[in-house]
Amino acid sequence: MTFTLRAPADIRTQISTHGADWLTKYGDLWKTQAARLKERFGEKIEEVRFPVDYPTDVPVVYVQKDAIVEVLRFARSESGFEYGFLADITATDELNEQSDWRFEVVYNLLSPTSFARIRFKVRVPENVEVPTAIDVWPGANWAEREVWDMFGVRFAGHPNLRRILMDERWEGHPLRKDYPLRGYQVFTEPTEIHPEAME
Amino acid sequence: MENVEKNYPSGISIERPAPGFRDSHDPDDLWDDSRVYINIGPTHPAMHGALRMAAKLNGETIEGSYCEFGYTHRAKEKLGENRTYHNFIVYTDRLNYCSALMNNVGYALAVEKLMGIDVPERCVWLRMICCELARVTDHLICVGINAVDLGAFSFFLYGFHQREEAYTLIEKLCGARLTTSYSRIGGMMQDAPDGFEKELKAWVNRTRKVIDEMDELLTTNKIWRNRTVGVSTFDKNMCLQYSFTGPNARAAGLDIDLRRDQPYLFYKNVEFDVPVARNGDVYDRYLVRIAEIRQSLNILAQCADKMKKGPIWSEDKRVRIPDKDVVYNTMEGMIYHFKFFMEGFAVPAGEAYTAIEATNGEMGFYIVSKGTPNSHRMRIRGPSVWHYQGLTPMVKGEKIADLVAALGSINIIAGELDR
Repeated sequence: MTFTLRAPADIRTQISTHGADWLTKYGDLWKTQAARLKERFGEKIEEVRFPVDYPTDVPVVYVQKDAIVEVLRFARSESGFEYGFLADITATDELNEQSDWRFEVVYNLLSPTSFARIRFKVRVPENVEVPTAIDVWPGANWAEREVWDMFGVRFAGHPNLRRILMDERWEGHPLRKDYPLRGYQVFTEPTEIHPEAME
Repeated sequence: MENVEKNYPSGISIERPAPGFRDSHDPDDLWDDSRVYINIGPTHPAMHGALRMAAKLNGETIEGSYCEFGYTHRAKEKLGENRTYHNFIVYTDRLNYCSALMNNVGYALAVEKLMGIDVPERCVWLRMICCELARVTDHLICVGINAVDLGAFSFFLYGFHQREEAYTLIEKLCGARLTTSYSRIGGMMQDAPDGFEKELKAWVNRTRKVIDEMDELLTTNKIWRNRTVGVSTFDKNMCLQYSFTGPNARAAGLDIDLRRDQPYLFYKNVEFDVPVARNGDVYDRYLVRIAEIRQSLNILAQCADKMKKGPIWSEDKRVRIPDKDVVYNTMEGMIYHFKFFMEGFAVPAGEAYTAIEATNGEMGFYIVSKGTPNSHRMRIRGPSVWHYQGLTPMVKGEKIADLVAALGSINIIAGELDR
C-alpha cells in the first residue's frame, strides 16, 4: 500500500495516545500475541502491522478470509488474549488501490481484562462472502448487516442479512467510493412486516 | 468502588409467566394459539425518536420482535469522507444530541490522535467540564423520561429544571444550547468567560441537592419499584455478547469504564467512583445513572478547582485557527484564514480508533486517513446501535407495557443510532 503524503514525513508515525501511552503499556503484550498468532495459525495470518512501523494506534492483523472466525474465537477466549469485547465491525473501500482485493472488513476488539485493543482485518474482492462472526458474538449481527448495506460485502451464514439503515428496496451501496453523492430513490408503498425475523 | 445495590436492598421479585402460556389446546377456546402482530412506531409517543419495533404478542406477552431504524439517517459517514476535518465538527453535534459537547470532544480527540497533537492544560480541563456537564444533562433527561413513560411526571420536572440551568451554563461557554460545536481540532472555540468556574460550582451544589430530592422521591417509591425491579433483565454475559457498554453494562456488573481503564484527558488526576450494580434490570440502570450523576458532579467540582488560566490553543501551525485581529489586519493572516477554511488541513496518513466513555457507553471514531484534507473512512461507533440490538432478546417474554420501561432505560438516542 502506498500513501500519498502531503504532510511532512517525519510526523507520519507520531500517533499520540493522549495521556495513556498504549505502546509502552501494551507493546510487549502485543509482540507476544502476534508471535503466538503466527505460531498457531501460520499461513492464515497474512501480515501483522505494528504501531510506529506503520501509522496505526494498535496492531493490525491481516487474516485470511476463511480463517477469520477461528482467529476471532481464539482471540476472544484464549488465555493471554482475552479480547472478549467486540467494539466494532466495519469496512473500508480501497477502490483506487492497485490490488486484487477491494474491501477491508475491520474488527476492532477490546480486552475487558487488560484493556488492550487490537484490530483484525480481512481483505476481500467484490462479490466474495466473508464468514459471519455471529457464532462468536451474537452482537455482530447488526454490524454485519450494516457492512452489507453500506458496502455490499455479504456474510456467509448470516441468518438475516437484510439492509439496516437504508430502505429494503434500495439499490446500490452508499459508502462505496464509486457511489454518487446526490440522487433520489422514491418508494411510495409501505414495506411488509417480517414474521420470520421474529423467531 | 461503590456498590449501589448496598444502599437500596431490593426485596421484590415478580414472577413472569413463560411465553405461550395461553396455549390451552382446548378446541372450545376461541383464543387458543392466537398471536397478534403489532407495530410500534416509527412515530409513537413512547418511542424515543423515530424508531420502529414490530412485535408478535401472545396476549400481553412479547414472544418475538425485531427492531428497525434508519428513519433519520443523514449519511454522516459519507459526509465525513466528503467534508474537511474541520467541517465535520458540526455533524458530530447531531449524533447524540443530548450530549453534543461530549461528541465534539470525542471527535477532536480522534483527529488529534491521528495528527499527534497535544493541547494545553486549560483546554483539557475545559473538555473534561464539557464531558461531565454533558453526562449530567444526558442522564437527567434519561431517568426523567424513563419515569415519565411509567407515569411519574413531577420527577422529570425536577431534573429538567437543572438541565435548563446546565444549558444556560453551556450557552455561556459557546453561545449555543443544543448544537454546541464547541471543540476545535487542537483547541476550543473560545475560552470560558470570567467567573465561569464559580457559576459552575454554584450549579453543582444546587444540582446535588436536587439529585438528593429526586433520589428520595423515586428510589424507594413502591410503584416505581414494582414497575422496574426485575423487569427487562440483561445479565453480564449477555452484555458481553451484545457489546453493551456504559451504564447499561455496569448495571449488570460488567465493570468497564474507559475513564478509569483507558484514561484519556485528565481523568487520572481526579477522584471518582465507578458505580456498579448486579441485576441488570431497569431499576439497576436507574440506580447506576443516579449514582453516576453524583460522581460527575464531583468531577465537575474538582475540575473547577484545578482549572488554571492559560492558553486554550495548541500552537501547532497546521490546526491553529488564526485570531480575528490577525485575519483583519494582516495579509498573511487573511490568506491563511481562507486557506484553512476553504482547503482544510491535511492529516497524515494512518488509521486510529479512538473511543471515549460517552454517556451511554463507548463512543468510537475509527478514522482512516490517506494524507488529504478529507478522511478516507469516518466510522462512528455509537453505543445506541448495540443497545438497541439487545432490546429484542431483552424484552422477549416480557409484557408489552414493560417494553416502554426497557426502551427508556437503555436510553436510545435516534441521532446516534441512525447517524
